[in-house]
Amino acid sequence: MPADIAISSERRLAGRHGALGDAIFRGLTLGFAGLVLVVLAGVIASLVVGALPALKQFGLGFLTTESWNPVTEKFGALAPVYGTLVTSAIAMIIGIPVAFGIALFITELCPNWLKRPLSIMIELLAAIPSIIYGIWGLFVLAPFVQAHIEPALIDTLGAVPGIGMLFEGPPLGIGVLTAGFILAIMVLPFISAVMRDVFETVPSVLRESTYALGATTTEVVWRVVLPYARIGVFGGILLGLGRALGETMAVTFVIGNSHHIHASLLQPGTTISAALANEFTEAVGDLYLSSLIALGLILFVITFIVLALAKLLLIKLEKQAGG
Amino acid sequence: MQLYERRRLTNWLVIGLSMVATAFGLLWLALVLGTLLIDGIGAVGPTLFTQMTPPPGSTGGLLNAIAGSLAMTVIATLIGTPTGILAGTFLAEYARGSRIGEAVRFVNDILLSAPSIIVGLFVYEAMVIRMGHFSAWAGAVALAIIMVPVVVRTTEDMLRLVPSPLREAAAALGAPKWKVVVMVTYRAAMQGMVTGVLLAIARISGETAPLLFTALNNQFWSSDLNAPMANLPVVIFQFAMSPYADWQVLAWGGALLITAAILLLNITARVLAAWSSFKP
Repeated sequence: MPADIAISSERRLAGRHGALGDAIFRGLTLGFAGLVLVVLAGVIASLVVGALPALKQFGLGFLTTESWNPVTEKFGALAPVYGTLVTSAIAMIIGIPVAFGIALFITELCPNWLKRPLSIMIELLAAIPSIIYGIWGLFVLAPFVQAHIEPALIDTLGAVPGIGMLFEGPPLGIGVLTAGFILAIMVLPFISAVMRDVFETVPSVLRESTYALGATTTEVVWRVVLPYARIGVFGGILLGLGRALGETMAVTFVIGNSHHIHASLLQPGTTISAALANEFTEAVGDLYLSSLIALGLILFVITFIVLALAKLLLIKLEKQAGG
Repeated sequence: MQLYERRRLTNWLVIGLSMVATAFGLLWLALVLGTLLIDGIGAVGPTLFTQMTPPPGSTGGLLNAIAGSLAMTVIATLIGTPTGILAGTFLAEYARGSRIGEAVRFVNDILLSAPSIIVGLFVYEAMVIRMGHFSAWAGAVALAIIMVPVVVRTTEDMLRLVPSPLREAAAALGAPKWKVVVMVTYRAAMQGMVTGVLLAIARISGETAPLLFTALNNQFWSSDLNAPMANLPVVIFQFAMSPYADWQVLAWGGALLITAAILLLNITARVLAAWSSFKP
């Protein structure tokens, strides 16, 4: 009997210990999860505080001024913002169709044994760090573009009225077009991975019944797979865009870092991230530094919106697949 | 018949184009890796690992940069891994369907793709300015911040793959929840979680942008974590952008080293994932 009591009180004690342990462990995990939110809050707060002097000095005109002059301390974000948007646009124009082609090949055409190795190889493109793309772009791609691609573009498209102004000037190799092209290669794996995943969520019954009606592969993809997966495809594209907008090192190597806006894509330009990478540690003066941080704030706001939209679309898709 | 021909032609055209697209993607992988191997292998030799980064015009290696990168990656991993695993545990075990869980998951996924240079700016404002100088600590913290979202994501995914009956069986034996998580769920998901950590290390070992304004760079050997420290990515950046041929050769050597390390980590992670007991 005393032994029984001993056991049961020990049990109760153990139970209470368990409850305490549970509370501690839950609190611990909650605390670290909260840290993720703290980091985001910290990023926003530090960018806003850092950008404040520049925003006070220049106001909204900061967004519409092209001048970037450390000597007279006149700073405007127009050229880097323009460069960021244009390089990302080029990346999307090249990247989306290619990523779509890859996803289509992997999900619909490629034999089963090849699927995994092929997916892994495309994913390795995403594993290569951006500094490697940068050094490769500077020493290999840029000279090639200068010698072969840009002269051809100047001779053909440069002569076309209207869009000709996009391809004017001497072939430098270094410039907006080369930067956009490298970005395209870098966002390929992200977009095609999402596309592949959403294509695979399309029920086989839908595919099979369309094939049974005599549709070709193209028609199945165009009329059944793509409409079914369109939300996810759009989400994947936005995810890729978010990457392209913030990509730093690869762009810094090949864009040429000029704070002037040229109509021609063959001329050097700059992006927000490239300006930060190049000038931040050399910036003298509080206003200069603050202007650079304001650039960072603009970049953060743009990418946040794009990525949040991508995430919302993909969540919607998940719910649709689950429900 | 004409319609049939046209459809068949379109079909072949699209199939052809998608093959071209795939070949286009693989071409760049081959080109980048090929160039790295050809241009980098010449720089790899014993001096690369035994000598410091040289001033232009003299011979040297990357020893201080390699050591600095290793040190900062190790510290970042030591900070990032427990943080990420515990946060991921909260999402998978305690927050299913809850508001705060959804918020953390949403923010985490955004941080996962957020520009890494922004993290650099944040750590600059939060640490470098406060401390008054660039330091290896700041670099390591910046890398840890980039690492955490990756670990959170994979940990949550892997824990969710563990079948509930395992948890229920352990709970039925009277184990408190924390013991169930630590001794049953973690063990079952171990390979997957290790894979996630390896991929996160691979992700940070090539990161350059967040180190530019945190760890800066250092021409010399330094073991002081409170001072600027050399690291491979920033050295590659500086040397490659320089006009000196011998610096450029070293940059290629460093690039080859980093890429080899990252590919190795990726392959190890994939092999581990293939062994893992619960497949996604």
